[in-house]
Amino acid sequence: MIKTDTLIIGAGPVGLFCVHQLGIIGLKCEVVDNLDKIGGQCIELYPDKPIYDIPAVPECTGEELTNNLIEQIKAFKTNFHLNERVEEIKKVENKWITKTNKGTEFESSSIIIAAGVGSFEPRKFSTKEIEKFEGKQILYSIRDKTVFKDKIVTIFGGGDSALDWAIELSNTSKVILVHRRDEFRGMQASIDKANQLKEEGKIEIYTKYQLDSVQGKEKIESINIKHDDKSIKEIKTDYVLGFFGLIMQLGPISEWGLNLDKKTIPVNTENFETNKEGIFAIGDICSYPGKLKLILSGFHEGALAARGCFKYAKPDEKYRFEFTTSSKAVKNRLGVEE
Amino acid sequence: MPKITYIEFSGKSQTIVVANGLSVMEGAVQNDIPGIDADCGGGMACATCHVYVKEEWFDKLPKKEDGEEDMLDMAYEPKKNSRLSCQLIVSDELDGLIVSTPSKQG
Repeated sequence: MIKTDTLIIGAGPVGLFCVHQLGIIGLKCEVVDNLDKIGGQCIELYPDKPIYDIPAVPECTGEELTNNLIEQIKAFKTNFHLNERVEEIKKVENKWITKTNKGTEFESSSIIIAAGVGSFEPRKFSTKEIEKFEGKQILYSIRDKTVFKDKIVTIFGGGDSALDWAIELSNTSKVILVHRRDEFRGMQASIDKANQLKEEGKIEIYTKYQLDSVQGKEKIESINIKHDDKSIKEIKTDYVLGFFGLIMQLGPISEWGLNLDKKTIPVNTENFETNKEGIFAIGDICSYPGKLKLILSGFHEGALAARGCFKYAKPDEKYRFEFTTSSKAVKNRLGVEE
Repeated sequence: MPKITYIEFSGKSQTIVVANGLSVMEGAVQNDIPGIDADCGGGMACATCHVYVKEEWFDKLPKKEDGEEDMLDMAYEPKKNSRLSCQLIVSDELDGLIVSTPSKQG
């Protein structure tokens, strides 16, 4: 059980700046995020796209913004629990106990949800009968590539993940690559390599095809793929891999007893607390009259929510407002010289 | 001002006046039309504003940029007439446009 003052759910820009705001008022926090890296949408969806509305930063990319925020909170030596999704929260006396899908447990006096539109999950096939095979023969990520040795593997997708795995697995498996159109969107070198392997007869490539149906009772025996012209082709296969990128899902947050308005959590605008005492929501996931889904609004929300957490972490102390320019205590916490 | 018709997967249809310059996605979101999630807010980064454009309209629309076709690879059940509604900017030429939403966005 990890004990801390505040647990932050979401390591996007708003969660990161909230670490700073908690840190300068002397509160400790831990951060959980379902992605494998820090930065949230900024890093997953648009690392290279310029952003023009961060105050005093005329232009920066999602990646630069993330790196600067990480730099800004370095002094607080915050623990990030990546690749973990918060599953359950419950209140025990005056503390919140939080558990992730990996079994990590936290005890904190407050929780700040900075989860954007929810957690990133792999996009799945839309075919109905796939569910019973998911996680067994139908996979969206690869943990152990040795299971595919000497098997037939059908890979769907047109990006780098699909191409890279098609190339990699062609060394040990029979690989069939299926994509919905003729153009692949991966790196040119990977596209060239895949085409070369096709010429050498090491992988089969079918374009303008999508998954149509899956046959098999306990195990998949074959799949049907459908061409744009509606013709069907049957493929015998042992495994089916889908690489369609990630989508955001609200996920377990909807089961925590929080008020929800569509996919957002209503909060007050004094400290961004939800209907549950000690649980705050900031950034894209919160809603209130006039809410703007801007990073800069999320920074403001985080600053106020951090102050809201203070009374739960230190019920016997009175919070005192201080400036970073003048407060010795704040400068100590930031590790900067007087 | 141009009228855009949104047909939900259930078949329910709503015709809405959308101001020139807004995207077809924004028209839906601002009028609480279900079925268009637009998680990324119009940045062509998520494919959750995916719609099917009525056949006769498809060729009249501005062509897709490369980025849009790449994102459509990720969309739920993409078809030949798929577009990202955030990339369809409403103008007088689009008056009468009909789009339908997929069964879900992911």
